Amino acid sequence: MGVISTFLTVIVVLPIAALVWESKRDGTHAFWQTISSPEAVGALKLTFGAALIVALTNGVLGTITAWVLVRDEFRGRSLVNAVIDLPFALPTIVAGLTLLAMYGPNSPAGIDVAFTRTAIVLALCFVTLPFVIRTVQPVLIELDMEMEEAACSLGAGRLAVFRRIVLPNLLPGILSGVVLALARALGEIGSVVLVAGSTTHTEVASVFVYNVIQDGLAAEASAVAIVLLAAAFALLLTVGALRFFVTRHERA
Amino acid sequence: MSIEIRNVTKRFGSFLALDDVSLQIPDGSLTAVLGPSGSGKSTLLRIVAGLEQPDAGEILLSGEEATAVSPQRRDVGFVFQHYAAFKHMTVRDNVAFALTIRKRPKQEIRDRVEELLELVQLQGFADRYPSRLSGGQRQRMALARALAAKPRVLLLDEPFGALDARVRAELRDWLRRLHEEVHVTTVFVTHDQEEAMEIADRVAVFDHGRLEQVGAPAELYDTPASEFVLRFVGDAVRLGSALVRPHEIVLRRWPSDGAVEVEIERIAVLGADARVELSDGDGDRLSARLRRDEFEDLDLTRGEIVWATASASHRDAKAQQTLR
Repeated sequence: MGVISTFLTVIVVLPIAALVWESKRDGTHAFWQTISSPEAVGALKLTFGAALIVALTNGVLGTITAWVLVRDEFRGRSLVNAVIDLPFALPTIVAGLTLLAMYGPNSPAGIDVAFTRTAIVLALCFVTLPFVIRTVQPVLIELDMEMEEAACSLGAGRLAVFRRIVLPNLLPGILSGVVLALARALGEIGSVVLVAGSTTHTEVASVFVYNVIQDGLAAEASAVAIVLLAAAFALLLTVGALRFFVTRHERA
Repeated sequence: MSIEIRNVTKRFGSFLALDDVSLQIPDGSLTAVLGPSGSGKSTLLRIVAGLEQPDAGEILLSGEEATAVSPQRRDVGFVFQHYAAFKHMTVRDNVAFALTIRKRPKQEIRDRVEELLELVQLQGFADRYPSRLSGGQRQRMALARALAAKPRVLLLDEPFGALDARVRAELRDWLRRLHEEVHVTTVFVTHDQEEAMEIADRVAVFDHGRLEQVGAPAELYDTPASEFVLRFVGDAVRLGSALVRPHEIVLRRWPSDGAVEVEIERIAVLGADARVELSDGDGDRLSARLRRDEFEDLDLTRGEIVWATASASHRDAKAQQTLR
């Protein structure tokens, strides 16, 4: 117990405290001023917007992908299943390079989205792809198919079976995946900085932090970092509350 | 609603689950489909419910061709061995499911659910989730759910298979009484011959995807159509060249025509009956079941030599012939 709390303090608590202290050094007023500068607001807005789009896209597409991987028999299923983890294994800077090769100025398909907001979403989708799939897949494998058959013989059509039986049981898994994807998307830097660069309208929060640190503006950097930190905390709390709500039947 | 199964064949890969099965189930009857595991009995039930499609043959419901009708439109209530409870819904919502799907008025749904919960004795459990119910209660909930939309056929797939012996006995009684009250055509699958004999009016015996025999419980016991039925429905022992029921064996202290010489190995008095374990000259074991008074008149002791014959006079000659 003592070892664990020391470890957690050194690794997590102290750095966070240091960051908070750093951001407050010039006073609360200075903190708000930094945060409300157009560059910081723009970066934060862009970051949260893109992360939200990416997380929701993942929620839908990830669920469908997991469904296909579990329920459909097709040749090469295990290969596809293995490829899903690639974004996890790949260094994000490499992910950025691959995307740039495909959708950059020298795109073989003639699609050049480099240094646009589309590129940000694309890069984030790439690196967060596995989250929802990997959280939904095990739930789907465990799901009792007889529930669906029972619903069928009670008169429920395919859509009703999905909406009333399958979806409520997958929801905790989907939520976990979406929140993980969201958290990852908020902090992603490696892949984004390559495909989107840091032009005024494609500078996400993490890139902004990096740039202002380079300019020697530690206070500005930590102020934006604090917002990201707060967002991460809020996300954790939200997912806890949501999970508590959608799994109430397991405790009732 | 009557059910007619015509020449149904079903394969799973190279496994022949049902082999040209034809069976008629009369309206309002309570029929057991009995067989060992892998005999195709569950597959047959699933085909009747529309959850599985036959490779050949057809299903008629109330005399009308229904093979291509979807499970949603078959008007069939199905009960699964492992309950298939909707675990994210309360007992009330589980039972109401079929009516909710049919968009019945709220008041009607509420009344019907009340009525059903009373029928299955779960009145106080409406707001619980299935995880908080015992196995027996879950299965009763599943029954109420299957009955909600007033199906014309009730199909039960090993409904008591996952329950312990005491609860199983209780639910057997209860199913029998339910059938007398509701009178819906009921088919249930079981591998337990005692359960089949006790509950059903008619029993259909399956083995290796084939229908071996169908008839009233007493008919199967007294005039089995095959050695398989004789062995599977009730006990059977080999006496000389014939298969007989243990209670059909008669022991005498003197030899007679066709009697087999046996040695008494063990005696167990079981209340009104006594079981006598015997071994014949070849060392094959068999057990005889005697009435208590019969047994006491004989005054048997362990190690004695006696002569055994079978009194199968009530079994018809044709069946005997096929058995020998």
